[in-house]
Amino acid sequence: MASSESAVLQFFPASTSLSAKVHPLVIFNICDCYVRRPDQAERVIGTLLGSISPDGTVDIRNSYAVPHNESSDQVALDIDYHHNMLLSHQKVNPKEVIVGWYSTGLGVTGGSALIHEFYSREVQNPIHLTVDTTFRNGEATIKAFVSVSLSLGERQLAAQFQEIPLDLRMVEAERVGFDILKTTMVEKLPSDLEGMEASMERLLALIDDVYKYVDSVVEGQVVPDNDIGRYIADTVASIPKISPPAFDRLVNDSLQDHLLLLYLSSITRTQLSLAEKLNTAAQIP
Amino acid sequence: MANTMARSFLQVAATEEVASPLRVVQIEGLVILKIIKHCKEFSPALVTGQLLGLDVGSVLEVTNCFPFPIREEDEEIEADGANYQLEMMRCLREVNVDNNTVGWYQSTLLGSFQTVELIETFMNYQENIRRCVCIIYDPSRSNQGVLALKALKLSDSFMELYRNNNFTGEKLREKNLSWVDIFEEIPIKVSNSALISAFMTELEADTPVTQCDYDRLQLSTNPYMERNLEFLIECMDDLSMEQHKFQFYYRNLSRQQGQQQAWLQKRRAENMARKAAGEDPLPEEDPTNPIFKPIPEPSRLDSFLITNQISNYCNQINGVAGQSFSRLYLMKALHEN
Repeated sequence: MASSESAVLQFFPASTSLSAKVHPLVIFNICDCYVRRPDQAERVIGTLLGSISPDGTVDIRNSYAVPHNESSDQVALDIDYHHNMLLSHQKVNPKEVIVGWYSTGLGVTGGSALIHEFYSREVQNPIHLTVDTTFRNGEATIKAFVSVSLSLGERQLAAQFQEIPLDLRMVEAERVGFDILKTTMVEKLPSDLEGMEASMERLLALIDDVYKYVDSVVEGQVVPDNDIGRYIADTVASIPKISPPAFDRLVNDSLQDHLLLLYLSSITRTQLSLAEKLNTAAQIP
Repeated sequence: MANTMARSFLQVAATEEVASPLRVVQIEGLVILKIIKHCKEFSPALVTGQLLGLDVGSVLEVTNCFPFPIREEDEEIEADGANYQLEMMRCLREVNVDNNTVGWYQSTLLGSFQTVELIETFMNYQENIRRCVCIIYDPSRSNQGVLALKALKLSDSFMELYRNNNFTGEKLREKNLSWVDIFEEIPIKVSNSALISAFMTELEADTPVTQCDYDRLQLSTNPYMERNLEFLIECMDDLSMEQHKFQFYYRNLSRQQGQQQAWLQKRRAENMARKAAGEDPLPEEDPTNPIFKPIPEPSRLDSFLITNQISNYCNQINGVAGQSFSRLYLMKALHEN
């Protein structure tokens, strides 16, 4: 009976407040590796690099594939390759450390525990990311797990994969513009003004939508929603209240500044082409 | 056997001659993201990396890339860097990545990339790879929602001149080469595998507004413009220095020609006198005389590059000013409403 005090059935670590952020580059990298996998391979696995912030969020920023061989009950990972690649990556960015590993496929499979054990030796409490590249249940499933070991007192009984919340950090991809990342082929990069035009069109469309909504509410076709109303009020209120003369002055000053710059750059360009012509002309003996 | 080998090499050489010129650079979205990540993480330090891919007809496909560690001026580390490069390529080959260098990428600050170093690197690459390209990314512009990605190569006529290291006015005129002809910009195409496309569509539903739009509609461009102008002014100073050099050269040249003429006239008068006295005339040329030593003409490469820079800054200013105009008018319209 005395021994039962220590022999408690428990999970270790008991609960995790971990969460993970994945940068789109990692997804791109995994997809690319999957497309380029060897003939007979069912899945690809690899190492995840990134950093762990003090509040327990794991930032997954980079990845590389590691060749492996898999049979029904054993997994052989190319450990040399893994270490070489890690060294190379650390040379470029020493701040990125191993945070876990990834595998394609839906959820955790049998061999995963073995690989996870290997990565546990490399880093404390690694993250296991699974990316379903086959769209088995009709959607792109990306999940992150940590391993929790079930122990009875000192004795380890089993390991359990626990899912942790995952945040797909798309901001970086947004900056590039989904238009060029979503489709399989883009003929031409958008230039400054074309991008501007697209943004403005979207803004106008949004304003139109708001107009339509407000009109239909006023006419009684749509049941008013207080939340939406407050959002609209906030948006309208966010336009700073400036008296018309002051606003005009502000806009005109800005306009004139830019006109001046434009003038300056045009005159410089004219000067350059003029100098070019004169230079060659002066040299003709 | 040897004979057929030789012939096939000849054939290869012959086919190389007629290879179609590079028209399009096709980049994978993965490469774009990798470049952006690397350049941004180290901004404002300038970084470089290698591009891997395939050369297919007139299209250069860039399918992967890897970053270089920041270089230091140390021979040991330089050797280390070469090892790193080989190691990385070997590793990537093992996971079936295209193992063929097609060029390099580098980050830049406000587009100030037209330097002698760039040309030198390019020439180095060109020696090993027939077709290579340099991708330039400007992290400072991405804050305005612009994807500032450019693919450049040196023009063939410029490379020929550079190899001979001959940048006198005469040669340039002969080739009809001006500063616009140094770099050629190649249009960029972006491709993604179907798998990635599916993932992106699945993961990110059509949002009405993206971060990109916010960035584009940002009203403050003044810091950017200020930096741009500062750079422009610096370049102008450099250009005027170069021009002083040329003025100095021309002044010296005309002075020398004057001296030569004076010397020649003197010698002719002397010869006339000698002829009258029945003596042999002296030669009309005297290579030992210092006034016949040709003055070296300064290279025009620097001024060409500076001119390129200036026109680049002007273009940037024009572009940003154009965007600002639309923004200002938009703001005005919104305010009036």
